[in-house]
Amino acid sequence: MKDTMIERHTMSVLVDNEAGVLARVIGLFSGRGYNIESLTVAEVDADQHVSRITVVTSGTPMIIEQIKNQLQRLVPVHSVTDLTVEGPSLEREMALVKVASIGDKRVEALRIADIFRAHVVDATIESFVFEMTGSTEKLNAFIGLMKPLGLADVSRTGIVAMKRGSDSN
Amino acid sequence: MAAEPITGAEIIVKALIDQGVEVIFGYPGGAVLPLYDALFKQNKVRHILVRHEQAAVHAAEGYARSTGKVGVVLVTSGPGATNAVTGLTDALMDSIPLVCLTGQVPTHLIGNDAFQEADTTGITRPCTKHNYLVKSVEDLSRKVHEAFYVARSGRPGPVLLDLPKDVQQAKYEYVNHAGQRHRTYNPVQKPDRSQVEKAVELMANAKRPLFYIGGGCVNSGPLACKMLVDFVRLTGFPCTQTLMGLGAFPASDPLSLGMVGMHGMFESNHAMHDCDVMINIGARFDDRVTGRLNSFSPGSKKIHVDIDPSSINKSVRVDIPVVGDVGHVVEEMMRIWKARQVKTDQKALAAWWDQINKWRGRNCLKYKPHDTIIKPQFALERLYAAIKDKDFYISTEVGQHQMWAAQFLKFEKPNRWMTSGGLGTMGYGLPAAYGVQVAHPDSLVIDVAGEASILMNIQEMATLVQYRLPVKIFIMNNKWMGMVRQWQELLHGGRYSESYSDALPDFVKLAEAFGASGLRAEKPADLDGVIKEMIDIKGPVMVDVCVDEKENCFPMIPSGAPHNEMLLGPDDQSARPVSEEGMVLV
Repeated sequence: MKDTMIERHTMSVLVDNEAGVLARVIGLFSGRGYNIESLTVAEVDADQHVSRITVVTSGTPMIIEQIKNQLQRLVPVHSVTDLTVEGPSLEREMALVKVASIGDKRVEALRIADIFRAHVVDATIESFVFEMTGSTEKLNAFIGLMKPLGLADVSRTGIVAMKRGSDSN
Repeated sequence: MAAEPITGAEIIVKALIDQGVEVIFGYPGGAVLPLYDALFKQNKVRHILVRHEQAAVHAAEGYARSTGKVGVVLVTSGPGATNAVTGLTDALMDSIPLVCLTGQVPTHLIGNDAFQEADTTGITRPCTKHNYLVKSVEDLSRKVHEAFYVARSGRPGPVLLDLPKDVQQAKYEYVNHAGQRHRTYNPVQKPDRSQVEKAVELMANAKRPLFYIGGGCVNSGPLACKMLVDFVRLTGFPCTQTLMGLGAFPASDPLSLGMVGMHGMFESNHAMHDCDVMINIGARFDDRVTGRLNSFSPGSKKIHVDIDPSSINKSVRVDIPVVGDVGHVVEEMMRIWKARQVKTDQKALAAWWDQINKWRGRNCLKYKPHDTIIKPQFALERLYAAIKDKDFYISTEVGQHQMWAAQFLKFEKPNRWMTSGGLGTMGYGLPAAYGVQVAHPDSLVIDVAGEASILMNIQEMATLVQYRLPVKIFIMNNKWMGMVRQWQELLHGGRYSESYSDALPDFVKLAEAFGASGLRAEKPADLDGVIKEMIDIKGPVMVDVCVDEKENCFPMIPSGAPHNEMLLGPDDQSARPVSEEGMVLV
């Protein structure tokens, strides 16, 4: 049944950058039992003190509609855009991936990084830190390949997203 | 800019006055001393000293619910704020506009585990509509005015301002920020016309229509309720009310089916189940109303009017959502209805009314009268007979007595019925009653109570006596937590675990100890005399009505059951045991 299918949605939430606003958004998700798959937040307009929260969530269509409406009624929220519905949109994520190995494994890691267009941002005799940007799937694939090659640490930003075209949201 | 800098505390008081605040319910403490000093130096805002901060919030709720104004609470930091949490949650659930001012330790001590420090904005974030920690005196006036705006706009609710002591003492010029447009929060008032047109179209062709109206109508104001009444009468459709919606439509109107839901009328619930067009105005498909969701009104198309978009499609999927204020929506509905000269299907409606009258004929509120034992229903019938021609307001506590009051007391006007609907807070009724009495000093205000609930805020008797507030407390004393006992009887094999209140106080002596009057009714024959005396006494009165200990509240939709499987009375209950699914529900 359509109503019980779990869908994954990316929402872009513009908020006033006031104290506690992130706690409000996170508290809403935990208090009402919604899922957060990924969440990023940063100020995007310093003059107007506006921040953008990009949140990836999942639920039935009814839950997704609820999440959007619940976010919209928070007092410091300017707007909520469901990029999955109002698309087409872009999604990008960045990762720092540390690989610690020597010899063939080290060479292979560097070669794969080149194929994935990852940059080396730190190097020692026995390690690299790669910086990589792309879709979540691409990052997952790269990290998967690094596992047998000495994967030591991963740090990811979570998804940031935006509508394609000239419209702003 | 005004010339003279004044203290933050004075700025707050000025802002309150500019917001039209006449009365504050509060309790002082270290972190609000500057504010209490500022209150001392003026005489425009009255302060009512409560005896517990929870009661301050409930009193402000009673004040707000009975006047349509924003209720104001003032408490200190730490325990003052945490004690207010139950009241704030209650106000959030029932959409009551409040502004709660809490003291806070000075800004340089925040986060230091200082004396009487609590993370008030953290604790109250999920139980307020919005809250603010005001860290600088420059922001104070704007935030206070904004708090009032947020509390009363859109779907009303409680807003909290946390005020560090140094901010109350710092000096700044006062600027009146009332009426300033909010940067982000501007809820929709007027509905999308095409949605209203679709709604009218659906209503015009209905064969078994039903209005289902809730607390949102009361919040929209007396004028909106008046328009709603006119519109319902224009359609000739039946109209049922939720617990929170009682009074929004006159109970005596032949179109009124009375309350819907778990302890609602047989005719209302059956009409909900069988209708083909449901017109929900300002109600939220609460679980006390819907019963089992997957068999809730299975054959109907549903219209849902609500000012809060997040109420729509939350638990019940509707066909025509209309986002807007009840007053504006009903005005538009009426206009379109008249412009189109709608002709309803008279034949179908007559058949629908025939069916409804058959359900009415079951007389679902009947009970077995008794010569020597006071039946709680009888007590309320006598109470209603004595007050119905008076200018009266009713508050209740929570439990069986609350449901009986909702069934047996009839409300002709909105704002007359204060009850804790969403949260179900025992101890709500007494403070709410005096909040009403403060706003309506010459009206008859009665708290219909249970002996268990009343003990949860019994200290407020002192507040009644201090301010000579002539609230009447009508305790239906059955010595049990009646609703708990009823569920234990119906669901847990009669194992009455901890629901009997041993060692109850003598309520007559208790009232007298506080300096109020105490009365008692022990036999049905006592009732009329005691009720008359209660009304005639000028001051606060507590009446101990000794009612049948074993009476249960019917009709009832057992938890987990659909609307058309109502239990009508004690002889009706063995037939259908409650399902396992129902057992886990509350």
